[in-house]
Amino acid sequence: MTTVPSTVTVVRPGAAGAARRVRRSLTSRTASAVAIVIAVLWTTPTFGLFLSSLRPEDQIKGTGWWTFFSAPELTLENYREVLFSTSSSSGQMAGFLINSIVITVPSVLFPLAFAAFAAYALAWVPFRGRNWVYIGIFALQVVPLQMALVPLLSFFSEGVSVFGVQITPAWELEGPARFAQVWFAHTCFALPLGVFLLHNFMSELPGELMEAARVDGATHGVIFRRLVLPLVVPALATFGIFQFLWVWNDLLVGLIFAGGTSETAPMTVRLAQMAGTKGNEWQRLTAGAFVSVTVPLIVFLSMQRYFVRGLLAGSVKG
Amino acid sequence: MASIVLNSVDKIYAGGVKAVNGLNLEIRDGEFMVLVGPSGCGKSTALRMIAGLEDISGGEILIGEKVVNHLPPKDRDIAMVFQNYALYPHMTVEENLAFGLKLRKMPKAEISKRVGEAARMLGLEQYLKRKPAALSGGQRQRVAMGRAIVREPQAFLMDEPLSNLDAKLRVSMRASLNTMHERLGVTTVYVTHDQVEAMTLGDRVCVLRDGLLQQVDTPQNLFDNPVNLFVAGFMGSPSMNFVNAELVRGDGGAAVAFAGYKLPVPDATFAEKPGLDQFIGRQVILGIRPSDFEDSVAANGHAGGWVRLPVRAEVTEELGSEINVLFLIDAPPVQHQDTVAAADTGDDEDATLPLVGDKSLWTARVNSRSHVRPGQNIELVVDTHNLHFFDPTSGLSIGHAGARV
Repeated sequence: MTTVPSTVTVVRPGAAGAARRVRRSLTSRTASAVAIVIAVLWTTPTFGLFLSSLRPEDQIKGTGWWTFFSAPELTLENYREVLFSTSSSSGQMAGFLINSIVITVPSVLFPLAFAAFAAYALAWVPFRGRNWVYIGIFALQVVPLQMALVPLLSFFSEGVSVFGVQITPAWELEGPARFAQVWFAHTCFALPLGVFLLHNFMSELPGELMEAARVDGATHGVIFRRLVLPLVVPALATFGIFQFLWVWNDLLVGLIFAGGTSETAPMTVRLAQMAGTKGNEWQRLTAGAFVSVTVPLIVFLSMQRYFVRGLLAGSVKG
Repeated sequence: MASIVLNSVDKIYAGGVKAVNGLNLEIRDGEFMVLVGPSGCGKSTALRMIAGLEDISGGEILIGEKVVNHLPPKDRDIAMVFQNYALYPHMTVEENLAFGLKLRKMPKAEISKRVGEAARMLGLEQYLKRKPAALSGGQRQRVAMGRAIVREPQAFLMDEPLSNLDAKLRVSMRASLNTMHERLGVTTVYVTHDQVEAMTLGDRVCVLRDGLLQQVDTPQNLFDNPVNLFVAGFMGSPSMNFVNAELVRGDGGAAVAFAGYKLPVPDATFAEKPGLDQFIGRQVILGIRPSDFEDSVAANGHAGGWVRLPVRAEVTEELGSEINVLFLIDAPPVQHQDTVAAADTGDDEDATLPLVGDKSLWTARVNSRSHVRPGQNIELVVDTHNLHFFDPTSGLSIGHAGARV
């Protein structure tokens, strides 16, 4: 007969109780009612914009969108004109929509990839000065974007030279090649936050997982690809969506580094122009605005399922 | 399969903390070696150095006669089982088992054969398509074990693999670990802080304290012939009773006197422990295992030549087949650094009774037929052939072959 000492388990008193309390108060009837009210409040303007964009020009200018319910009359004319009309006074949004997509996709993927690599190295590859590098990257977040505009512009147009010695050449990009400048700028601006977010998430992964993989024969490359990336998908999705919304809605960086021509300018530039010069042509503005809303909506809804919690459950105990 | 040899291995952490200090250890081919000690004794660090997860500050480690000091873990051909299982949460049980084999570019047929065998052996066949989150603690533990088995490595390294299981499951997993080792015969290094696990699992047990090796021997030898006070106090549950005593030689031969009692020391003991006779007339620390006591009523006839010891039972712990009788003896508790260190992490079941004055609390394990109740007076008999004597200055066992001053 032996006595087996009971295992010492770390129990945070009240933690489970608090979680249960929160869950209960969030699933109550009142909470559901409040959530519905918030949803309606948030959706109403979007719905109004959508209805307005479908109403004929003369009605949009004369009455509010809610009059649609008493006198329903819809048309796709606004969209046709905004997207596909070739007349200079109309939106010509189709081209700008494509520009926006061409700008946004790499501007999301580059930072995601670089930040993931950097975050893994900073979290799990031991090297000298690792913490200082991390602190440095973290500190870069406070640099205002506007401050970097002029240096970046001169970096593109003149290259970098120190005491007359040219270190990097000027990019000298023209036409559609200027997209590269926007990608570069967006990537630079996104990296500090991206590295910070992903590093926090990755360093939370249990170290024993990495050690088990190392004993199993995995190199850093394998651990990163087969272990870390699948486990940080929620963080990647979060950062990806934030970065997407930021780039998609960005006017400043796009206007400065891509220029305002129809060749390279994103949709935001065109929307601003339409609002400025055709302030009286609501029918086009509503349709154009709604087009630019649709894409983030699609992205958000399709990525939603990656915001799953508890992906780590069952890996290690406790 | 291979032997593992540690030659004066050191581990010094940044800041100068010496976690492992000149550790010499030979783990024979196919042996089940348990490293045991209180927390912070360096046992896990030693294991992680064998695995290659920690750098070695000094000395060398050989696996299968090859120095592995600078080999990364993947090239040491070892498999490790972690305390927290460390299963890959996004992979199914099958993928978890196959991961290490896939990385070694093993043919698919061989992988599925090995995974199938391990799953059959561990009773995991119906869970192969599940993810770890859908498994119970014991099943996860078996998956972790299976991940090591499929690799067919030279050695298994296990870092407290049973400590997250509940008591009952731990006992049954202990048994299956034993059968698994019988069957596979793979060299195993097993780290635990639980001396019961160490006693039941190990072919040999290595007791560590503060990074220093105390004693390596078979469990029975550790129990019977501890090298010093620390090992004596750490191994065995309930732990050994200690008292400061004086060794005297009277008319009827040698005796040891403490707290108003006088136990005769048989001549055989002097023969077994060379050097003990030099302590006659001097202070020693006497150690008596709780299991060397018996209730004189229950022992009834079987205790010929045993010495009687009348005591008053303060607390009784009934374990079904046996009763632990806690009683006070009229002597101050031994405050040797070794006994204190051993008691720190031992069962603290007897630490709860407030001690009155200069008395120390002893435990006797008696047969349950004794029916002793708390507060009763009871007459214990002691087997004087199993007395342990320690040098009060060094804490070493007197007359032990391995005890060097």
